[in-house]
Amino acid sequence: MAEAHPVGFQWVMEAKKRGAKVFHVDPRFTRTSALADTYLPIRAGTDIALLGGVVRYILENQLDFREYVLAYTNAANIVSEQFADTEDLDGLFSGYNPDTGSYDHASWQYDGQEGNATVRGTGKERDSASGLEHESHGEPVPARAPRDETLQHPRCVYQILKRHFSRYTPEMVARVCGIPEERFLELARAWTENSGRERTGALVYSVGWTQHSVGVQYIRTGSIIQTLLGNMGRPGGGILALRGHASIQGSTDIPTLFNLLPGYLPMPHHADHPTFDEWVDSIRHPGQKGFWGDSRAFAASLLKAYWGDAATPENDFCYGYMPRMTGDHGTYQQVLNMIDGRVKGYFLLGQNPAVGSAHGRAQRLGMANLDWLVVRDLFMIESATFWKNGPEVATGEIVPEECRTEVFFLPAASHVEKEGTFTQTQRLLQWREKAVDAPGDARSELWFFYHLGRVLREKLAGSTQRRDRALLDLAWDYPTHGPHAEPSAEAVLKEINGYEVATGRPLGVFTEARDDGSTAIGCWIYSGVYADGVNQAARRRPRHEQDWVAAEWGWAWPANRRTLYNRASADPDGRPWSERKKYVWWDPDAGEWTGYDVPDFEKTKPPSYRPPEGASGPAALAGDDPFIMQGDGKAWLYAPGGVLDGPLPTHYEPAESPMRNPLYGQQANPTRKIYEHPINRMNPSPPEPHSQVFPYVFTVSRLTEHHTAGGMSRTVPRLAELQPEMFVEVSPELAGEVGLAHLGWAHLISGRAVIEARVLVTDRLTPLRVDGRIIHQVWLPYHFGTEGLVTGDSANDLFGITLDPNVLIQESKVGTCDIRPGRRPTGPSLLDLVGDYQRRAGMTPDRKVPVVTTDAAGGDDAAGSTDEQSAAAHQDGEPHA
Amino acid sequence: MGLKTFIQGWPVYRQLTGTDPLGRGAAAQSPRSAGLTARTETADGMARSVCPYCAVGCGQRVFHSGGQVTQIEGDPDSPISRGRLCPKGSASKSLVTSPLRQTKVRYRRPYATEWEDLDLDVALDMIADRILAARAETWEDVDEQGRPLNRTLGISSLGGATLDNEENYLIKKLFTAMGALQIENQARI
Ligand code: SF4
Repeated sequence: MAEAHPVGFQWVMEAKKRGAKVFHVDPRFTRTSALADTYLPIRAGTDIALLGGVVRYILENQLDFREYVLAYTNAANIVSEQFADTEDLDGLFSGYNPDTGSYDHASWQYDGQEGNATVRGTGKERDSASGLEHESHGEPVPARAPRDETLQHPRCVYQILKRHFSRYTPEMVARVCGIPEERFLELARAWTENSGRERTGALVYSVGWTQHSVGVQYIRTGSIIQTLLGNMGRPGGGILALRGHASIQGSTDIPTLFNLLPGYLPMPHHADHPTFDEWVDSIRHPGQKGFWGDSRAFAASLLKAYWGDAATPENDFCYGYMPRMTGDHGTYQQVLNMIDGRVKGYFLLGQNPAVGSAHGRAQRLGMANLDWLVVRDLFMIESATFWKNGPEVATGEIVPEECRTEVFFLPAASHVEKEGTFTQTQRLLQWREKAVDAPGDARSELWFFYHLGRVLREKLAGSTQRRDRALLDLAWDYPTHGPHAEPSAEAVLKEINGYEVATGRPLGVFTEARDDGSTAIGCWIYSGVYADGVNQAARRRPRHEQDWVAAEWGWAWPANRRTLYNRASADPDGRPWSERKKYVWWDPDAGEWTGYDVPDFEKTKPPSYRPPEGASGPAALAGDDPFIMQGDGKAWLYAPGGVLDGPLPTHYEPAESPMRNPLYGQQANPTRKIYEHPINRMNPSPPEPHSQVFPYVFTVSRLTEHHTAGGMSRTVPRLAELQPEMFVEVSPELAGEVGLAHLGWAHLISGRAVIEARVLVTDRLTPLRVDGRIIHQVWLPYHFGTEGLVTGDSANDLFGITLDPNVLIQESKVGTCDIRPGRRPTGPSLLDLVGDYQRRAGMTPDRKVPVVTTDAAGGDDAAGSTDEQSAAAHQDGEPHA
Repeated sequence: MGLKTFIQGWPVYRQLTGTDPLGRGAAAQSPRSAGLTARTETADGMARSVCPYCAVGCGQRVFHSGGQVTQIEGDPDSPISRGRLCPKGSASKSLVTSPLRQTKVRYRRPYATEWEDLDLDVALDMIADRILAARAETWEDVDEQGRPLNRTLGISSLGGATLDNEENYLIKKLFTAMGALQIENQARI
């Protein structure tokens, strides 16, 4: 955090000054470690083992915040007797389908509700990254599930949790993660001692956590701890995701993502959502508790914002115009399709996948096989010059005279040359004023897309093609100003906020949304950012003139709440858990919720409210159900559905690991998204043979002085000067073992690429003793490429493509490699070196990566029917028997 | 210069008689630095902005004169950053005024070995034509069971996470209307 989010880290130091203990867990000792009370080095990819150890410590010692857990979580819920845990199935849960590599969630449901599962093991949800829809709401569950308030029932969530994590002992943590037992116990003690009525603890992660084949489950494990300890919805608590880009939160809320529409509405699927009603019902789940029950109004209002006058209740608001998903259309699938010649044109909007995405060579070869490419950026980046300066030109794989891709480079306006909002990492929208005009041809994206839409519509005017109706009927009428006819960002923000169609009155809050076409809302969770016709995101009341919550600085979604689920900061009766930690509470005299923040609860619903029989939507939430977007108003320690790789987190080894999983026969996430494509060869991991060809673990992260793929930092003289060269950090022990000299050169080899880097020998990296052997880890910055003031090989070239099943994010924080002294070969001999490693590692083009590595699935869905078959399958490299 | 002015010009005199007995501030100031004014004081204007790098969202004050950015500083009013900026945020002025910034449209013909120039309007028109051609070639009306698809898989997009919400909104709206489904973002990466 001190390295990558330095100014945010000042608040950690403030907390430390007031007595907070700071623990830092990282494969590499950084500036954060230097300022922490305790630093725990960890083997990359093993965080679930560490956090699972903390869960076990809490449960074994009964250190959970029991009143909070009983009232606000599903700890007492009783799970189906059909459920089988990873304890029973050697690392698999019940319901696994080896043919699709995915789970049927029926047996994970609560007792008697097995028929409610929405995910049935077809792999469809994985392909559409449906887990992402849960950013703002939970998976549906029936409101009333059988419970045992004594937590003694062997199938209640509390007991299942206890059994599931029982083998995550301090010894096991040491064995898997390489963290000494005493150091682990220090962490577990401090975390639990600092939680409860009087105290809260915060968990902060950077989004490198998401870049794992089990990324979502990392965060789930953290959530389980924070929920057991009563740290959610309370001041000083929570889980804080440090996102890496100025408006990456905004890019998820108002997504430019294939599977989502604004406000986490799902993009329609051709088979599941042929009609508007089916689409809406799949979101709102009729009869469901919680605010998602109003989603018909959100969906209708979005389509109304898109298609304006053409969208009417009679024509289902032009739902028939919406494009439909049929499977995985994510960025990595797209790149493989480009290589296979199936994509014509590609837009890159301030994005540099040649350096920033996993498997850079696949990215560049894909771009070299398009009809046309549009790059919009401030600088001439690697993704615009791959046909000229890319590494594949040197190896002869791309010959400019033979590369047909037509490239348009359009200069973009910078953040001071346009106005608009960024949403920072705490859901806070901040409006930026424009300072100066953009130079020359540089334009904002707002300008480019508005005018592109205008030109397209002009060209199509009079078209009778059915496919052109959606463009011609589009509400695309924004006021413009200035010599270049810049569209008004404020007018777009007003549409995002939503307005009453008849009067144009901006809505104040999303509960004003209607499903009859009388409201248009671009992104319902942002409703209120333009309340009263005032740009609330532009509010800048100085911090000295308001309290510490600073509610009048910018605007946070939803409804300007700064801490989500803050009803949980009060006890079930609505009283603060303690005077020290009071935040939002029930004022019985005024008959409303009050406090420092906007209450994340219906303002006048008393704690004693109990829903009438048959209620649904918000009315079905009781006065003591704080987690109001969840189907049952509770925080989920156990997810009876929705999380595609298991109801509970389980330690799996990374897709590429030098080690056998010490916990289960199942080696890696059995539901991870694998792409079998000749260009995407994964290094072998146990139990496959030849993993020793790539004996070292590598991980990548950021330098303080550079930004992501370097397009905004290697081009800036001051930053380039501060970090001028690509390098690799290695421990003195590894340097000795391999023969690397400090400041000399080394090259690193994976099954995809060879890159070179200067060597930094440092004890910031420590060899780890895990499972009786020494594992060496090396660290690389991922900012370098061939353009800009300072250049170097790209670390992301080393990675293959394997994705988390819930959100389709790639595993690009851990992989295996070899490292050798000296510079890499150049020209075609570089390919020979990769080919040589592939041969030695058995990475033939037709090899199938084994998915199931245990025989224990049981039942008809058993992964391997006999030991012999299974063992033979492993040898053959078949995915499963 | 009168004698009084001359004596008052001595740092030691100012140190002994003024408000700066340690001689670290006003007493030590040279006439040259006394005559200097901060760029921020003479700026034509100041825009309240936000750092474009990471997601902490530090407040920035962007000073400008004659249509040029002259200084970018941390915004002391911000409850998030309290006026601080890290090395990247502090380098924002170098970012927006960098001589490496591209200000002209560049065009690479198929099979060409060099860039050439192109007018922005022409580029926009050519891109629109290519979109329409890609749609025409790859359009899918319905699936094999006749259910609607309304889409093209011939067009892809990958957008950065430094785009404004308003920009992402228009991007998604336009691409959705043109049936382009394969719209992705750094948020996936
Ligand atoms: S100044 Fe640094 S910490 Fe603050 S937003 Fe910019 S990059 Fe992030």
